[in-house]
Amino acid sequence: MPMPRPSASTTYEKSRTSTRHPLALTIILSTALLALSPAQAANLTDNRRSGYAFMGPPLRAMQDDDMTNPASLWQRDGETLWAEPIGEAGRSCADCHGDAASSMRGVAARYPAFDRTMNRPIDLEQRINHCRTAYQKAGPLAFESHDLLALSTHVARQSRGLPIAIENSKALHPFLAMGRSLFHERQGQLNLSCAQCHDDNAGRSLGGATIPQAHPTGYPLYRLEWQGVGSLQRRLRNCMSGMRAAPYAFGAEAFVDLELYLMWRANGMPMESPAVRP
Amino acid sequence: MAKPLIKVPPTAKKGEIIEIKTLIAHPMETGYRAGLNGATLPRDIIRRFVCSLDGEEIFSADFSPAIAANPFLSFFTRIEKSGSITFQWTGDNGFSVSETVEISVS
Ligand code: HEC
Ligand code: HEC
Repeated sequence: MPMPRPSASTTYEKSRTSTRHPLALTIILSTALLALSPAQAANLTDNRRSGYAFMGPPLRAMQDDDMTNPASLWQRDGETLWAEPIGEAGRSCADCHGDAASSMRGVAARYPAFDRTMNRPIDLEQRINHCRTAYQKAGPLAFESHDLLALSTHVARQSRGLPIAIENSKALHPFLAMGRSLFHERQGQLNLSCAQCHDDNAGRSLGGATIPQAHPTGYPLYRLEWQGVGSLQRRLRNCMSGMRAAPYAFGAEAFVDLELYLMWRANGMPMESPAVRP
Repeated sequence: MAKPLIKVPPTAKKGEIIEIKTLIAHPMETGYRAGLNGATLPRDIIRRFVCSLDGEEIFSADFSPAIAANPFLSFFTRIEKSGSITFQWTGDNGFSVSETVEISVS
């Protein structure tokens, strides 16, 4: 049986003209819960739920079987690209990194990670582009391009089941603090913060969608609404336009800080990449 | 895009009912949606899928614009003999992909 098209009612961020947003959200900022030590993060473990836990059995089954998870198609392409010599250097990812199954195991679970040359955290997509530019002499791939998503899906797949492990390093602290404040800051025409939905109202409904806790356990992932694979930044852009805020540009430092904070907040939770979401 | 994913048991007993699964990359653009500039995006869908064993059709399907992108199919067949199972997807804009998988029946 062909898969049914996803219902359009799950698209709260597309409903620009609709007025069905429940604006009467609670406005309590639970900053006390969100200090910067991993030990405290561990205290939150019991209440943390992946977006997977908010999905029904058919979508979970779709994610669990590589044969039904359409992100497999991207991952396969990534596997091919991994072995292709490119750029002026004429080298492939495999020439330096060998078999991704061992060299990339657990890597995506540590990103964004601090990069010495940039003197700030970079995310997995930027890390891959750094190798393309510096080592393959091939130039960066565009954010959300098919090839970059294919490579990042292939790399992230090698962390499936492993716990998210953002390093507790001093160098990351200012960026984590920035990400945390972006998460709690009210923004956009609706004057909402990420936390108001994802901390205060997780599990409740918003225009047919269930609000998850915003744990980035499954990226890049296949979203039915996109009918394709997308990055965490694409997901965040969707939420920002839902808040009627101007989304940051792809690759913006603010995005990487936010990604870092979200990954840190999910430290210890298992990676699902590539996941499936409605 | 990647080759289609196909799942067929490599071996089966004569008369056994086997499940076959396929997943193929395709945008399945309906022909009813407006693009960013407001103009209707032209239809681009898979129109037909045929699965045959040594040239004899065992399953086929006509696709419509209501079918999701990257369509997944699962179907069953009673298998009587070894042979080559061929999968063929054809559609708009000259889309044509074909794959063959061997099955050994004892
Ligand atoms: C108005 C409520 C609302 C606000 C505000 C909001 N989101 Fe979301 N967010 C949602 C909903 C609803 C979903 C799930 C959509 C779906 O399943 O279709 C979601 C999904 C997500 C996910 C995906 C989780 C997963 O399992 O893949 C992340 C991450 C996320 N949001 C982060 C953020 C961040 C960061 C902000 C602030 C910039 C934010 N959200 C603001 C409602 C909101
Ligand atoms: C000429 C060798 C070379 C090539 C080709 C190369 N890389 Fe790298 N890569 C490195 C080196 C060296 C590092 C680690 C040192 C550093 O930070 O620069 C690295 C680090 C990485 C990391 C981070 C690993 C970690 O543990 O944090 C990822 C992910 C990565 N590369 C992906 C890729 C991908 C994908 C490609 C192909 C598109 C690629 N690399 C091509 C040399 C290479």
